[in-house]
Amino acid sequence: MNDVAAAPEPVRSTRKTGRFVYIASVGLLCAWVLVPLYFLLINTLSSPETVNSFPKPFIPEFDMGSMSFFAGYGGMLSALKNSIVVAVMTMILSISIGAPAGYALSRFDFRGKELFRMLILLTRAFPLPLLALPLAVLFIRTGLDDTAFGLALVHTTLAIPFAVLITFSLFSGIPIELEEAAWTLGCTRLTAFTKVVLPLILPGITASAIFAFVISWNEVFAAAVLTIENRTLTAFLLVKLSEAPLHLKFAGGFILVVPALVFIFAVRKYLFAMWGIANR
Amino acid sequence: MNLQSNLVGAVAGVVVLCSAAAAQADVMFWSTQARPIEEAQAMRDTVLSGYEGTVDYQPNEDGPWLTRLQAELQAESGSIGVLGALHGNFSAMSADDLVSLDDLGVSAASDTFNELARLGTDKLLYVPWMQASYIMAANKKALEFLPEGADIDALSYDQLIAWAANVHEATGSPKFGFPAGPKGLKHRFFQGYLYPSYTNGVVRTFASDEAVTAWEKFAELWEHTNPASTNFSFLQEQLLSGDAWIVFDHTSRLAQAFNERPDDFVAFPAPAGPTGRGFMPVLAGVAIPKTAPDMEESKALIQYLLKPETQLETLRATSFFPVVEVELPDDLPPAVTAAGDAVAKMSASADANPGLLPAGLGDKGGDFNRVFVDTFERIILARQDIRQVLDDQKGRLAAIMEETGAPCWAPDAPSEGACPVE
Amino acid sequence: MNPRLLPYLLILPVTLFLGVFFIYPFVLVSQQAFSTGGGFTLDNFRDVVSYWKFPISFKNTMLLAAIVVPLQLVLSLLMATMVSKMEKGRDLVLYVWTIPLGISDLAAGIIWLAIFEQSGFLNSMMSGLGLIDQPVNFLSYQNPLIIFVAIALAEIWRATAIMLVILVAGIGLIPKEYYEAAEVFGASPWKRFTKITLPMLRPSLQTALVLRVVLAFEVFAVVAALGGTLFPVLMGEIYSYQFDLMNNNAAAALALIVLAISIFFTLIILRVLRVPKGATI
Repeated sequence: MNDVAAAPEPVRSTRKTGRFVYIASVGLLCAWVLVPLYFLLINTLSSPETVNSFPKPFIPEFDMGSMSFFAGYGGMLSALKNSIVVAVMTMILSISIGAPAGYALSRFDFRGKELFRMLILLTRAFPLPLLALPLAVLFIRTGLDDTAFGLALVHTTLAIPFAVLITFSLFSGIPIELEEAAWTLGCTRLTAFTKVVLPLILPGITASAIFAFVISWNEVFAAAVLTIENRTLTAFLLVKLSEAPLHLKFAGGFILVVPALVFIFAVRKYLFAMWGIANR
Repeated sequence: MNLQSNLVGAVAGVVVLCSAAAAQADVMFWSTQARPIEEAQAMRDTVLSGYEGTVDYQPNEDGPWLTRLQAELQAESGSIGVLGALHGNFSAMSADDLVSLDDLGVSAASDTFNELARLGTDKLLYVPWMQASYIMAANKKALEFLPEGADIDALSYDQLIAWAANVHEATGSPKFGFPAGPKGLKHRFFQGYLYPSYTNGVVRTFASDEAVTAWEKFAELWEHTNPASTNFSFLQEQLLSGDAWIVFDHTSRLAQAFNERPDDFVAFPAPAGPTGRGFMPVLAGVAIPKTAPDMEESKALIQYLLKPETQLETLRATSFFPVVEVELPDDLPPAVTAAGDAVAKMSASADANPGLLPAGLGDKGGDFNRVFVDTFERIILARQDIRQVLDDQKGRLAAIMEETGAPCWAPDAPSEGACPVE
Repeated sequence: MNPRLLPYLLILPVTLFLGVFFIYPFVLVSQQAFSTGGGFTLDNFRDVVSYWKFPISFKNTMLLAAIVVPLQLVLSLLMATMVSKMEKGRDLVLYVWTIPLGISDLAAGIIWLAIFEQSGFLNSMMSGLGLIDQPVNFLSYQNPLIIFVAIALAEIWRATAIMLVILVAGIGLIPKEYYEAAEVFGASPWKRFTKITLPMLRPSLQTALVLRVVLAFEVFAVVAALGGTLFPVLMGEIYSYQFDLMNNNAAAALALIVLAISIFFTLIILRVLRVPKGATI
């Protein structure tokens, strides 16, 4: 908006209203995201009676009853740990396997490219609960059953389409001339990639890493079937939540949401750092 | 690069944690029952803590429960020691996959239950574990609107409709609650309550003229039913929130309301129709899959579960009643007392017309339920013509019965071979 | 290294991985769709399609995707361009807008049910403002339209962030010089958006749309929470075949039908938003 100062008078007043509309809509959209979460918070911090009452209060009463139930619920901590282990493994696996393919898709024309892309997409178009049975048989036979690594493999399958396609679209957004210029300046394909492309793309890779983390974090069905002793938090809580009394449902939902929020918050600067680079 | 080194560090730390928490061998109890988070906790803390070995109690929804079990059976190697599930879950399984439990020396007090547990074979394939039923419950605020001369412990369907209508009129909104949600047990109401009460049968009389009357009556009741009932699966929630004042549901799906506010609600028997007061038990059992890692340990756990003391603890934890002879103490939770009274009145009533659980349907149990659910959705929600819907659904029902060859069960009159749809 | 082999080398890990963890189980499951215990048959497909709920759930799934996805596209484009103009607080605003990413569909269902149910927050608000005397029943079978709107809102709330993140990343890669050049020639903001942002964003748009559309056909948990049994969708029917009826064959057949629908729409999107190799204008 560096041209505002140069604008003549009547334009400036419309710019002013434009600015107001702009800020108002940003605020509105933030509220649209946050208000439902605030309701979840209210219900989490309410006593069972309040959760069932009408009309509902709009200020939390800070009753910690529901939360303390979960604090005393056996196995929460180890389930939380398992969730994080699986999600981190999923993140690493899906990026290290997926990003090369994303690069290949954006830079090369090769036979079978379309087929390959369809294959990637199909993994998201077929319901996992149907695939869980043959996978579980395979895992039990190979000893992968009930390990964090085994579950991470399945979650990686779910996250790979995101990893491949997001990295693909990011690589495509980087003009190939940039790489070609690097080659003429004496870089090999590899050094051109690591010195020129990678720094540009790193924040985007973080974005797909976040996807992988969140996909793994929220996946219930495979987690419930493939882990027994090493339950993830989602499988541990959510499977039972749907039938829990209301106040525990909300508290459990809240407990599941918080770590994901913290995670996104922690990596947000990587996710959005791309602005600094791309805006050169 | 910073992120990468962070990640590497995190993974390394996490791997260390992982290996430290290697699990020790327990009996794994893989159950579809006592799923709600508080019940599961009570199962672990009070019921299973008394067992000499360690038990890993894992409740799950039917989907993961079945998928995991099938996977272990197919892989011919497993970690599940004991299965806990409803009669319907077991009857859908292949008899070869369950171990015969005849030599355990434990069984239910009821021979009917033990017979069901044979699943049509000559071996005991699961041991009855606990039982429940479906009852009615009401907010005490609704009592003043009971129709003239009606006894809440001996209601008829007409009185129930009149009552729901009175409440509807007085409060301005329909206050009958029915478990028609995605996880609601509505099909059991039709199979075990409405049909027996109006037609003295379920399969034979599916499309009879009496059945048409039954559906007409239900449609009348539906006029006074909270239309959000299609979202209700656990009516304790609507009782507590006041969205419904008079409800029908599974005893354990009403328990929370009575335990939280015992003075606000009453439990009472299901209503009666022209052919008596139809009602139906819920039966859960425990079994051992042939892939159980430690057969002896699994059997010992089942014996423990059938002990009278354990059965009492189970009652407290889950609101499911014992299947063995037990002296009930006085200090039971309010939900158990209320539900127990209602069930006792229901079975002791002069016009009682108890039904059995569907038997012999094998893995067609789901299709059997679907016939009733579809009939409900078409007649009540889509408002299609009753006669036409019944004639249409009749074909599907007959096909299921013929395919499975299941003989009639009470209250239908016994049959030679597959139960006919008349 | 031979440059003709390089792309294959790069896609080899994914292909191997998906071969073991997707293709293998997928082939096993798909086989079931074409058998009923005996030889090859199309009976399962016939059964599933002739079931009276199939047309309804098909229509619902399509309608929901047709309404929700375009709205999400517009909304996420709007949000992404708004963010790109922002000088202060960009991090924070983006963070807030991406929060729903971290929320599972089951949790989202719980949250939105708390808003729309009879004694929920929407009713509380309306009665607080004196708009209504007693709570309105939003989610009843008499108001299919309101149920639809509630489900659509919840879906938009939950899943717009997926598209937003992809688009934001894409916009970030558009060289600023293009915009500067456009301003020199006096292009209006709208012109800049349609002539620079949209064409340059094509790879990201394509990815965002394809992923979102495929996921839209898999919608289930939010719908079940808000619509109960009143709004059957294809995915719900698949689960019901698999776990209620224990008819794996029929479930597999229906899943293949959904898969075919997804492929069809994916191909259309890929065709319409074709991406040239390396992005040039």
